[in-house]
Amino acid sequence: MKMTAKESPDQPDAGRRHGAQGAAGARSTSSLAQRLSTYGPLIGIAVLAFLLLVWAPNSLSTFRLGNLGRYCALGLASMGIGLAWGRGGMLVLGQGVFFGLGAYAMAMHMKLEVAGPGGVPDFMMLYGDGTMPSWWEPFRSGPFTLFAIVAVPLVVSFLLGYAILKRRVKGSYFAILTQAMAVAFATLLVATIKQTGGFNGLNTFSTFFGHNLYNPEVQTNIYRLAAGLMIVFLVILWQLYRSRYGELLVATRDAEERIRFLGYDPANIKLAAFMMAAVMASIGGAMFVPIVGIVSPSNVDASASILLVAGVALGGRASLFGPALGAIAVGYGRSTLSESFPTQWTYFLGGLFIVVVLLLPGGVASLWPMLRSRLSSVQRKPSSIDVDDGLEADEPAVLA
Amino acid sequence: MGSNSGLRPWFSIDVFVGDGRARARLSPTGRTLLDDDVKAETVDVFTTPFLTGTANGAILLMAALGLTLTFGQMGVINMAHGEFLMVGAYVAYLTQQVTGATGFSIVVALPMAFIFAGLLGLLLEITVIQWMYERPLDTLLATVGVALVLQQLAQDVFGAQGDPVVAPTWLGGRISVFGYEWPHRQLFTIVLALGALGALSAVLKYTGFGRRIRATVQNRQLAETLGVSTRNVDRITFFLGSGLAGLGGVAISLISGTNPTLGTAYIIPAFLVVVVGGVGQLKGTLIAAWVVGVVTAFLTDWISGSMAQVLTFALVVIFLVMRPQGLFTARTRSLA
Repeated sequence: MKMTAKESPDQPDAGRRHGAQGAAGARSTSSLAQRLSTYGPLIGIAVLAFLLLVWAPNSLSTFRLGNLGRYCALGLASMGIGLAWGRGGMLVLGQGVFFGLGAYAMAMHMKLEVAGPGGVPDFMMLYGDGTMPSWWEPFRSGPFTLFAIVAVPLVVSFLLGYAILKRRVKGSYFAILTQAMAVAFATLLVATIKQTGGFNGLNTFSTFFGHNLYNPEVQTNIYRLAAGLMIVFLVILWQLYRSRYGELLVATRDAEERIRFLGYDPANIKLAAFMMAAVMASIGGAMFVPIVGIVSPSNVDASASILLVAGVALGGRASLFGPALGAIAVGYGRSTLSESFPTQWTYFLGGLFIVVVLLLPGGVASLWPMLRSRLSSVQRKPSSIDVDDGLEADEPAVLA
Repeated sequence: MGSNSGLRPWFSIDVFVGDGRARARLSPTGRTLLDDDVKAETVDVFTTPFLTGTANGAILLMAALGLTLTFGQMGVINMAHGEFLMVGAYVAYLTQQVTGATGFSIVVALPMAFIFAGLLGLLLEITVIQWMYERPLDTLLATVGVALVLQQLAQDVFGAQGDPVVAPTWLGGRISVFGYEWPHRQLFTIVLALGALGALSAVLKYTGFGRRIRATVQNRQLAETLGVSTRNVDRITFFLGSGLAGLGGVAISLISGTNPTLGTAYIIPAFLVVVVGGVGQLKGTLIAAWVVGVVTAFLTDWISGSMAQVLTFALVVIFLVMRPQGLFTARTRSLA
């Protein structure tokens, strides 16, 4: 990641947008503006960190803080989608699978904490003969669970991604395959009621690594952990996006064949982004469980995965903050709207998809650059609006 | 013949004409789940899943046929396609409410569903999809939004509970095939699916309109220079594709009734069938739908229904990894 030292001076805005228009614009401006556009996102992250970690715990009720923590957990998964889809061009519609791997790993550990040493989770007595499958056993250990939350999605995403990406499956095929994965995963969970709790999922936890979950202090700390992880990953992504790898990823998205002709293997580049996105979804899932207190197949199925994508599309898939803030906005909108108008929420969500995708493909994050370029120069307008100009132009050839 | 060894695999086709309705299954562990008639065991584990699987394949084919047009020919990912199936099912239900469950309601419902779902598809093309032909991934997301809206709309109008569609009396009977009492409805589904497939391929092959579709698919610019209105071709192709989904919805309603979320169960399998068959290949879609239907039915007989679905998905993904272009492919010059 230290490769960025050789960052070329004509790419000062790599942290925000890959577009050439930014480079052309920045070259003529002062070095202060240049530095601002490079390190500006760090200021944004700092502001967000202040809001989430200092302001929110002191001003919000425990209930609202729990909600915000849930959005942060979902936001982690959304940031992964932003990486894979916005930067890598892989529309992942099955992140629920990796979200679920992390969530179920954490839930299994917490379930075993409730059961006590040598005990068996209650639902296994209820639905089965009270014997625990052997693969549950290691999750008694906290460190193993933490290891599994990272390692399992890494292995699974490597195997899947390697198989799919090496065969050059891309575009819509990739999206459909990942969605099929989410459908299969949720079906598998429902079918294995004796091992995973089936349709009901895993719930009724009491402790989180030995801390009482009903203690408000502990709840606030779990929220802090989720929000903190989100901030940490924002910094990691910021660094990743301005690194050499980040540029290579964007280049692969925009002109995969050229990257191949330059001697890189696009599959490896995309595979790394896919695996990273999987780990982020898994960590998000692991934080989701202690905050919400339940994980069930409905949290990880195809529609849950699509809900994650909704936030990313709204916020701006290729931007650094877009996916995280979009996830928070969609989560907030869902809980406020669906409380009072449950049916209107679905119409609203559906309309959101249509309007954002149709009129604002770059998401809310593209509004400001769009306005700025309109104000500053009329001639540059056409080339600077669409984030994904290059990507989409290539797509039909890929499909054919 | 008629071995009652529990470990006997299902492919020993000992046809026993006896009481065909005796339920006997072989699970992978060798356990036999019998009603009482041991003799019927080897009959049932082959014929029943094969025939029901063929009928399921026909339903899949109906769901996938429209997609081979819109996805295969035009490259548009329409996630609301499943909701057009749902619309077709509700048209069948409404027709039945109006005409009563007479023998003719289904006959009336078929063209009605075709036209209604087709018009809905046309509306979708004009309002949303025509702006996104260059952005296939975005069509996918926008039509997910359309699907959500349509589902909620159906739920608000007809209620969250499904409504039954009664098969007319001439479809209520059963026909005995190798001892299995096969419902006429399943046979009807197969006839309907094959009829739709035949009609579609005839339209594509022999009519002037079909020629224009093929020309547009093969080389859009060249077709335009030859005076083909590709805009009109796009619109009518979308109308046809969506209308076929409406027909499929009628067939589905006969088997499982109506439901606002009926389409969600079919959309992903239908897409997988299209991709496995080779995008835009009618022949491939037919084979893929049939194989997926039959394999799922056999797996369902072996293990539980949901595990069968998981396994089928896994098999399809493995197949696609080995052969990403599907069973049949059109030759292209693209690098990918």
